[in-house]
Amino acid sequence: MSEQQQAVLLLLAHPSQHRSEVNLPLFELAKTIPGVTTVDLYGEYPEFDIDIEREQQRLLAHDVVIFQFPLYWYSTPAILKEWQDLVLEYGFAYGTDGNALKGKRFFCAITAGGKEEAYQAEGYNHFTLRQLLAPLEQTASLTGMRYLPPFALFGARTAVEDGLMALHLKEWRELLTALVAGKLNRRLAAKLEKLNGHLDQIITG
Amino acid sequence: MTNYFLQAFIYLVAAVIAVPLARRFGLGSVLGYLIAGVVIGPVIGLVGEETSVIQHFAEFGVVMMLFVVGLELEPKMLWAMRNRLMGLGGLQLLLTTGAVMAIALYFGQQSSIAFTIGLIFALSSTAIVLQTFNEKGLSRTDGGRNAFSVLLFQDIAVIPMLAFIPLLALPELVEQAQQAATQMAAQHEEMSLVADLPPWAYAMVMVAAIGILVVGGHYLSRPLFRFVASSGVREIFTATALMLVIGIAALMSLVGLSPALGTFLAGVVLANSEFRHELESNIDPFKGLLLGLFFITVGAGIDFGILWQDLGLILGLTLGIIVLKALVLLLLTPVFKIGQSDRWLFALSLAQAGEFGFVLLSFTVQNHVLPGELAQLLSLVVALSMMLTPGLFILFERVIEPRYCTSEAEREADNIDEHGSVIIAGVGRFGQVVNRLLSANGIKTVVLDHQISQVDMLRRINVKSYFGDATRPDLLHTAGIEEAALLVVAMDNRDSAVELVKYVKHTYPKVKVLARAFDRGHAYLLRDAGADFIQKETLLSALELGADAMKCLGFHPFHVEQQKNTFKRIEKRSSDTLYGAWKDDSSGERFDNNYRKLFIELEETIKAAMARDRNDKYAMSERGWTPPPKGYDELLDGEEPQPLRPPEEEIKP
Repeated sequence: MSEQQQAVLLLLAHPSQHRSEVNLPLFELAKTIPGVTTVDLYGEYPEFDIDIEREQQRLLAHDVVIFQFPLYWYSTPAILKEWQDLVLEYGFAYGTDGNALKGKRFFCAITAGGKEEAYQAEGYNHFTLRQLLAPLEQTASLTGMRYLPPFALFGARTAVEDGLMALHLKEWRELLTALVAGKLNRRLAAKLEKLNGHLDQIITG
Repeated sequence: MTNYFLQAFIYLVAAVIAVPLARRFGLGSVLGYLIAGVVIGPVIGLVGEETSVIQHFAEFGVVMMLFVVGLELEPKMLWAMRNRLMGLGGLQLLLTTGAVMAIALYFGQQSSIAFTIGLIFALSSTAIVLQTFNEKGLSRTDGGRNAFSVLLFQDIAVIPMLAFIPLLALPELVEQAQQAATQMAAQHEEMSLVADLPPWAYAMVMVAAIGILVVGGHYLSRPLFRFVASSGVREIFTATALMLVIGIAALMSLVGLSPALGTFLAGVVLANSEFRHELESNIDPFKGLLLGLFFITVGAGIDFGILWQDLGLILGLTLGIIVLKALVLLLLTPVFKIGQSDRWLFALSLAQAGEFGFVLLSFTVQNHVLPGELAQLLSLVVALSMMLTPGLFILFERVIEPRYCTSEAEREADNIDEHGSVIIAGVGRFGQVVNRLLSANGIKTVVLDHQISQVDMLRRINVKSYFGDATRPDLLHTAGIEEAALLVVAMDNRDSAVELVKYVKHTYPKVKVLARAFDRGHAYLLRDAGADFIQKETLLSALELGADAMKCLGFHPFHVEQQKNTFKRIEKRSSDTLYGAWKDDSSGERFDNNYRKLFIELEETIKAAMARDRNDKYAMSERGWTPPPKGYDELLDGEEPQPLRPPEEEIKP
C-alpha cells in the first residue's frame, strides 16, 4: 500500500449542467480538494474537438483517473466515449509500446436515475451497475489500470428531495481525500459492488 | 462682471475641494457640497446675501433631476416592481409620515405644519444611499434591492407632494409675505396666463397643458430629435434637450403648475424613446452642477447661531428621527420577508432624511407653509442625519453583518441566475446577430448606435435600441456601464472601436470587453487596447462557406468538419506568435518582413496539417480514430491476459 501523495484526475461529462442537481455539487466539491485536478469535458470541448495531446499529458501526470457522469443508456454520455476513442490511442494506452496507463487506478463516479433495486438481475434493468460497466472495466484491464467499483448514487432524480445529498457529498469528500493521501485499500475495494457505503472498510489509517 | 466671475469661482473652488474629499472619507457628494457651502458661507463668510437668489436658480437642478428620474422610469420595470414599490414604499412613507406627524402634534405644532414635517422626514437620501450601495457592492443584495424600491417610490412621491404642499399655506404667513411684497414693489408680479381666469377655465387650461405635454412629448419629440440627430452636431442635441426641459418648465409656470411635475411627466413620456440615454447624458452634467449649487446654497444658508443655541434639541431630534425611521423600516421587514442581515441593511441604510428634504423645506418656506426659523432648524436636522449615514453603514458592516456570516454561502447560491446586463455598442449587421442570440436567451441588453436610421430600423422590428455615441463616457454611464457585466464593441468605425475598448478597459477594468475585428490588423489593435475576446468578422463565416465548397466537391461532411476544426485550431494557436511579431515593430512597419515570413509559415503549417494521412500515427488533423496497425491483435495474443477482479461473474439477463 503506497502512502505517497497521489494525483487525482476527475473528468466530468455532463451535457446539461444548468439542470444538474447532483453532479455539479459533486464536481464543485472536488474542486476544493487539494491534489484533485478537475476537468469539465463538455466545457472544454463544446465542439467535441478534443485535444488528444493535452489529454494524454493529463493522464500521464496523474495516478488516479475518475470518470464522473450521469448514466445515459447504461453507458457514458457521448463526449466521454469520444474521449476514449481519441485519447486511448494505440501505442499510448495499449499495444506493444502502449504502457502509459499501467498501474494507474480507475473508477467511475456515477449518478443513475433508477433505484438500486432496479439494477439487479431480478430488477427491470436486469444487470447490476457493475455488470453494465463491463466495457469500461475491460478497457481498464487492457490498458493495465487497476479497476475499482463505481462510486454511485441511485435514484438521483429525487436525491435532493429525498435528502440523500449531505451523506453522498460527505462520502465523496472522504473518498477523494483518501485517494489523494494514498489511503485506499485497493484489494478490499475491488471486490465491492460500489465504493460508497463501505468507506470505513476500505480507507486505511 | 468681475463680481460674477469671482463668485462663480468661489463656488467652484469650494465644490472642487470639498466634494472629492468628502467622497474619499466615504461621506458622498451631497455632503461634500453641503460642507463646501458651510465653509464659504457661515464659516469664512465669503458669500452671503446673494445665496438665496442663487438658490432659486439652483432649484432648477431639482427640476432637471425629476426629468431624469422620469426618464429612468420604464413602465415595464415599474410594473414588475409594483408590489414592493406600492407596498413597501407606500407603507414606509405612510407610517413614517404618520409617526413624525404625531410627535410634532404632541409638541404642539399645528396640524398642517406637523404633516409637512412628517412628509419631509419620511424621505430618505437617494443620492447617498445608492452611491454607497454601489461603492460597497450591496446593490444586488436583498436589502439593497428593497431599499431601492423604497427610494424610487419616495422620488415619485415627491411630485404629488410638490403639488400638494402649496395648499397647506398658513394664512398668517401668506399675509405677512403679501405685506412685504406690496411694500417692496408691486411691479415684480410673476407672469401668469391664468391669474385672471375663472376656476373652470383655469382647470381647463391645466388639463390642456398636461395634454399638450404628453401628446407632444409622444408624437412631436421624435421627429424633432431625429431632425437634430441627423445633423450630427452634438451641441445642438444638447441645446435641444435643454430647450425641451426649460420649455416645459416655462409652460408649467405659465399655467400655474409645478415645473418639476411637468418635467417629470415629460421624462416618463420619453422613457421608452430611443433618445433616452442620449437625453439623459446631455442633461446629466447640468443637473449635477445645479443640484451641487443647490446643496452649496443650503450649506451656506445654515445658521450656526441656531445650531449652537439649540444644540441639544437638534441632536436629540436627529437621533430621534434616525431611530424612528429605522424602527418603522424594521417593522416592515417581516411583512415583506426581508430576512437576516438584509433586514438591518434595509433599515439602517434608509434611516436618514434626504436631499429632497431640503427641496421640500425651501419649497415650503416659499409657499408660506413653514415659518422660516422652523425650516432653518429642520434643515440642520436633515443635514446632520445625512452626515451620520456613513456611520450607520459602518455599524452595519462591522457589527451586524459579521453575526450573519454563516448565511453567506446560501445567499451566493440565490444569486446564480443573475447574469448581469450587456451593452452592445453598434448594431449594424454584426451587433444585431449578437443581440438576437443574447436577447433570445433572456439576457438583458442595452443596444446603442449613433446612426439614427439604424436605430429606427431596429425599433420598427421591435428591437429596443437607443440613439447615442457609445464612445462618449457620459453616454456609457447612462447606459449603465458601471453595472454591466459585458460590453460588446461592434461599431463600424475601426478607430473609435479601438478607442472605446481602451477607454472602457482603463476606466472600468471589471467590465469584460468583447470586440468584433474587421481584419488581422484591427484584431491586433483591439488586443493591444485590452479587449478580452476578439472575433474577426470574416474568419468563421468564410470557413463555413469554404466547408460548403468542399462538401459540394464530394468530400465527406464529417471529414470537412475535421479539416475546418484543424484550420481553426492552428490559426488560433499561431495568433500569439503573429501578434508578437506585429507588436515588435522595431522596424517601424507593422507588417514587416518578419511578420510576412511568419504568416507564410502559418499557411505552410495549415497546408501540411490538411495533407496528413490517417496512416500517419502522429497526424495532427486525423489523429483521432486512427485504427491500430493491421495484425496488432496477434501481438496482443502473446500477452498474459490480466485477471478481472472480482473473478468474472456470469452475466445473464
